[in-house]
Amino acid sequence: MRPDDRKYLETHEWAKVSGDTALIGLTDFAIHELCSGNEGDLVYCDLPETGRTLEVGETFGEIESVKAVADLNSPVEGEVIEVNEAIEDHLEILSSDPWEQGWMIKVKLTQKSVDHLIDAEAYESMLAEQS
Amino acid sequence: MKRTPLHDCHEALGGRMIEFGGWSMPVQYGPILEEVRQVRERVGLFDLGHMGRVRVLGPDALRYIDRIATNHCERIPQGSIRYALFCRPDGSPIDDLLVYREPESVYLVINAANTDADLEWMAEHLGEADAVIEDLTASTTMLALQGPRSTEVLASVCSPGDIEALGYYKFTTTSVCGVAGTRVSRTGYTGEVGYEIYVANDDARGVWEGLLAADAAVRPIGLGARDTLRLEAGMALYGHEIDPTHNPVEAGLSFAISFSAEKGDWIGREALRAAGAAPTRALVGLTTDGRRVPRRGYGLFQGDEPAGEVCSGAVSPTLDTNIATAYVRPELASAGTRLEMDIRGRRQAVVLCDLPFYSRTRPKS
Repeated sequence: MRPDDRKYLETHEWAKVSGDTALIGLTDFAIHELCSGNEGDLVYCDLPETGRTLEVGETFGEIESVKAVADLNSPVEGEVIEVNEAIEDHLEILSSDPWEQGWMIKVKLTQKSVDHLIDAEAYESMLAEQS
Repeated sequence: MKRTPLHDCHEALGGRMIEFGGWSMPVQYGPILEEVRQVRERVGLFDLGHMGRVRVLGPDALRYIDRIATNHCERIPQGSIRYALFCRPDGSPIDDLLVYREPESVYLVINAANTDADLEWMAEHLGEADAVIEDLTASTTMLALQGPRSTEVLASVCSPGDIEALGYYKFTTTSVCGVAGTRVSRTGYTGEVGYEIYVANDDARGVWEGLLAADAAVRPIGLGARDTLRLEAGMALYGHEIDPTHNPVEAGLSFAISFSAEKGDWIGREALRAAGAAPTRALVGLTTDGRRVPRRGYGLFQGDEPAGEVCSGAVSPTLDTNIATAYVRPELASAGTRLEMDIRGRRQAVVLCDLPFYSRTRPKS
């Protein structure tokens, strides 16, 4: 079971809300799809500047592996107030620890409800249906 | 999805299976970049069961193939192999292929994704020719052993002397891992010394496992690394450097096209002659210092002016940079030209270079 202290977008981004901010990241499933567990196959992750405002579903960045490029979509609405600078030089943390060290951006929420997102159980069911 | 006789072996080895040309094939067993290095530095084993294998028999077999293929097949010596293409009357390619000259027949190795189209095209143009087309794809399979150590490893499981004596683009019959009468050709798609091995389905597993066990240096390699290896070596891939809108002349494949009078007329001859006389674009290599990997379809620009388009791109562990092939306007097609690549709305600087990026025999100047 994936962490149930956060919620998920169908495109595999997670949002962990704390007060009026949320940390956003990408699930282990999506990372694995890109690099098959081989963190050396990740080549690039493009993240936004702080200050940018995001709508739900808006593309805020891109992640690229040797094989493919994928969009990063925002699960929440708000303003980017912090970007995980460690990712640029240490892409491997996205693979080794997608839930904690591998957070991508911190967003100050302008819409605090995240009821449009699915919970861990529903996310697991969605993955089970896809496989 | 079709499966090769080695499907279970790939799953047991942890291969990540993907759909390729209608087949379930291993794209990688571990990191793709390590698999590329493995082949450049040591030796790798590939399952190529998805490739189409076709034999044409009968008194008119060679003349018939010469009428539909670009190379001069009647001049291929016995036991030798040549690269060729099938083209439409307008010069657009249907597929590229290897032609093996056998004593009484011609053996063709074609692309998985094009096998059905090729067979259809071949049947359609058989006409009055006294020849029979046999599709051997389902009953046989194909492996490749590639890399600087491939000769010694393969020789250790074959009849003595057979592999050492085999010249480039030649084939022979030998015993491989105890399977007598096995065809081996010194061919490949990696730019390294290497061999392709043709076996009946029932023998596939024994040969695959025998080769993996022959030397601790042998590792299985997936299609992901194979694509990078062929791109580093400047080899065309159907659907990328050649496709219905990119003819083999502009793809730099004129070595596989014969306009000789002896060959006579063939399908696409006039169109390809005209294409050679008035090129509208040229295939080039490019490298980029940026981290983004060039990919098929990315546009190239000189300022605001469109300059061309990327065909294939990869992270090249051999060159330690990102590489690509691209079509550009002929006047831009010289090494050192600086352009910009549009990556999903952003620009990254690229520099054009000659192909291939990597040659085992020609040191890069």
